[in-house]
Amino acid sequence: MSSVERQAISPDLAAVTAVKSGDQSAMAELYDRYSSVVYAVALRVLGDTMAAEDVLQEVFLQLWRNPSAFDAALGSLGAWLAVISRNRAIDALRKRKPETDIEDVVVSATPDLASEVDRSRAAEKVRGVLSAMPSAQRSALEMAYFQGLSHSEIADKTGEPLGTIKTRIRAGLMMLRKAFQA
Amino acid sequence: MSGHEQFGGDLALYALNMLEGDERAKLEVHLASCGECRLELEQLRGDGALLALSTAGPKPPARARARLLDTIAKETQAPTSRANVAREMGYPRPRWQWLGWAAAAAMVVLAALLWNENSALKQILAAKNEESAQARRELEDLRKIAAPILSPQTQRVTVVSVKSAPQPQGKAFYLRSRNSLVFVASNMAPLPPHKAYQLWLVPADGAPIPAGVFKPDARGSGTIVNPPLPQGVEAKAFAITVEDEAGVPHPTAPIIMMGAGE
Repeated sequence: MSSVERQAISPDLAAVTAVKSGDQSAMAELYDRYSSVVYAVALRVLGDTMAAEDVLQEVFLQLWRNPSAFDAALGSLGAWLAVISRNRAIDALRKRKPETDIEDVVVSATPDLASEVDRSRAAEKVRGVLSAMPSAQRSALEMAYFQGLSHSEIADKTGEPLGTIKTRIRAGLMMLRKAFQA
Repeated sequence: MSGHEQFGGDLALYALNMLEGDERAKLEVHLASCGECRLELEQLRGDGALLALSTAGPKPPARARARLLDTIAKETQAPTSRANVAREMGYPRPRWQWLGWAAAAAMVVLAALLWNENSALKQILAAKNEESAQARRELEDLRKIAAPILSPQTQRVTVVSVKSAPQPQGKAFYLRSRNSLVFVASNMAPLPPHKAYQLWLVPADGAPIPAGVFKPDARGSGTIVNPPLPQGVEAKAFAITVEDEAGVPHPTAPIIMMGAGE
């Protein structure tokens, strides 16, 4: 695929298509576009630069080895990589084997994150929603997402009923969704 | 997701890889057959991705980029089967986990269908068994009735006027609806070699129809049981001629015995 042809479709899809044919420069392009997101998520979860770097390597190697696992019709590549990074980091944190194959991760309804500007704008919006949440809800959501605590662990930690924790986590996710649907 | 609210909380936990044990198993069973909840799960993962975007921090070190590109360059020189790599990485599961769930749901549906079909087949089998038992009872009754008529060991006694000598005679039992004919003869005269008595069904219209041949035994008795006959022919009478022992399609000799229905 020529660079001209790659410009005719979305940059992410063009690069992933090129990766499928073994194009290393396309892989470098994707790394340059999304490594910051992937690394930041892993570092937030693990709190250790070396461990985060290992997750970063693993996520992009997975993409290189199996680019077909990403289905562009179902969501943006940036969001997909972020979710895989978070899942791998949680697995590493809990010292367990990967629970979810990257091919099983389907992420839909996320904004386009191909440009740095889009990503910054989206991140700012998310931070705004989080800051507007009740602290107990934000805390439950962050403990679940970035610390990988189970709802029962969160319930133990906060002294709240299990059902309340479940409700808070779901409601928090729904608030994020609504903010991007508006 | 209306009607599935009870799974809402669990779906959110599942989207974050937090659901475990029985709750996870139950939800996966539900997801296997619920497109609405699968869609909601994908959206919840998207919501989680938004959460991931809120993170900010230092850029990865430059060595990470070099390390990655070096690794993929080496893999390109010595290509490895991606399927093998996936297995080595500990991700042996198929491309789309829903397929497994869908297969499980399909198996449940298939099992239900097979169970229903099995029940229906059992009913049919029971009905067929009853029909078979009924047929066996009827056959046994017929055997009891026919045995004294058809058995060579049967002692046949024809009662006639004491003033007259025993006369040749035959009895034909013809059931047109079943195309079934039994003919029993007695006191028949012996025949020359290569000759036999031939029975004819005489229809209401048309030529006589061959209805089997017999040679009388030493006591002058003979029988014909279910000879080949055309379907549903009404018999006006039955007749006997003497023909070649192989039988003939049309009578070639005079009728020596004849009788109509009683």
